[in-house]
Amino acid sequence: MIASLSLILLCQLAGEVFVRAFKLPMPGPVVGLLLLLALLLARDRFKVLARGPLQQDGVENASRGLLAHLSLLFVPAGVGVVQKLDLIAEHGIAIVVVLAISVVVTLLVTVATFLFASRLMARGRSAP
Amino acid sequence: MSENPLSLWVYLSQSPLLWLTVTLLVYAIADAVSLATHRNPLANPVLHSMWIIGAFLLLTGTSYTTYFGGAQFVHFLLGPATVALAVPLYENRKLVAASVLPMLAALVAGSLTAVISVVVLAEVAGLPRPIVLSLAPKSVTAGIAMGISESLHADPSLTAVAVVLTGIMGAIIVTPLMNRMGIADFRARGFAVGVAAHGIGTARAFQVDAVAGAFAGIAMSLNALVTSLLVPLAVTLLVR
Repeated sequence: MIASLSLILLCQLAGEVFVRAFKLPMPGPVVGLLLLLALLLARDRFKVLARGPLQQDGVENASRGLLAHLSLLFVPAGVGVVQKLDLIAEHGIAIVVVLAISVVVTLLVTVATFLFASRLMARGRSAP
Repeated sequence: MSENPLSLWVYLSQSPLLWLTVTLLVYAIADAVSLATHRNPLANPVLHSMWIIGAFLLLTGTSYTTYFGGAQFVHFLLGPATVALAVPLYENRKLVAASVLPMLAALVAGSLTAVISVVVLAEVAGLPRPIVLSLAPKSVTAGIAMGISESLHADPSLTAVAVVLTGIMGAIIVTPLMNRMGIADFRARGFAVGVAAHGIGTARAFQVDAVAGAFAGIAMSLNALVTSLLVPLAVTLLVR
């Protein structure tokens, strides 16, 4: 468990170092994600890597544990709303309406594009 | 007990222990209620934890800074949880590899829509400039959105609130919306909620379907990447 958590933190740390060293505009944890994915894929190919947290579902179980309560992790940032009460009294309704419309439009555009592209691909494959 | 209860409160209210306990306890109760209602979208555990803890802080006159002293341990885990998304991605790698093109098309369309729609709508609603800038990165996960907000000289703490509100609204609306539209492809449903509503949407997707959860996780991390490039550009073009 400790080794698995260390591996996750190590990937994040390496991601942060990489992003800062090369002054990339991308977030460190996302690079960490790619690194962990690469490690998992490399483990299936090279058996020497299958040790410590990379065996017996070690890092997999630790990750599932973290993701099982993903929404909890947003609570502290959300409670920050108490600092913004004066702003919310003034503009709260407009902000909520703007965010609500934007989220619905984004959901619809994304799902429609996904389905359209996947149908286009399926048609391309069936009629070569 | 010789100690004055007030001095005990003064001591505890300044310690991280109390606020970490409050955060976990309130969330555990909100999550149990959500489970008891068969994951009804309106019983969203983040939404209810937020107002209950917020009300408690206001009633006890506790500052957010003091609260965050305890809650920061939970907040910190947002980074490791992003790294952990590698695991569902790895487990669904065959399905993901087969849907790379639809994913990339949906990612570009969704990221652009998320940023442009919120900036245009906020300008139309006549919101002041600093608020418009703070809302722009609202569809990406909290830590990253706050970083973008800072680089725009906007208000990162307002951005964090906008991020959480967006996530909650996306998580509440996605299931009824997709059911009404008759969309049964859980890859597409998950991907859409990951782009539109980051981690809170992803948490919701995992509750509904494992494949939807994996696609939401991918969408959320790819969107973090694209949005951090897109927002500064969109803001220079749209806001003047």
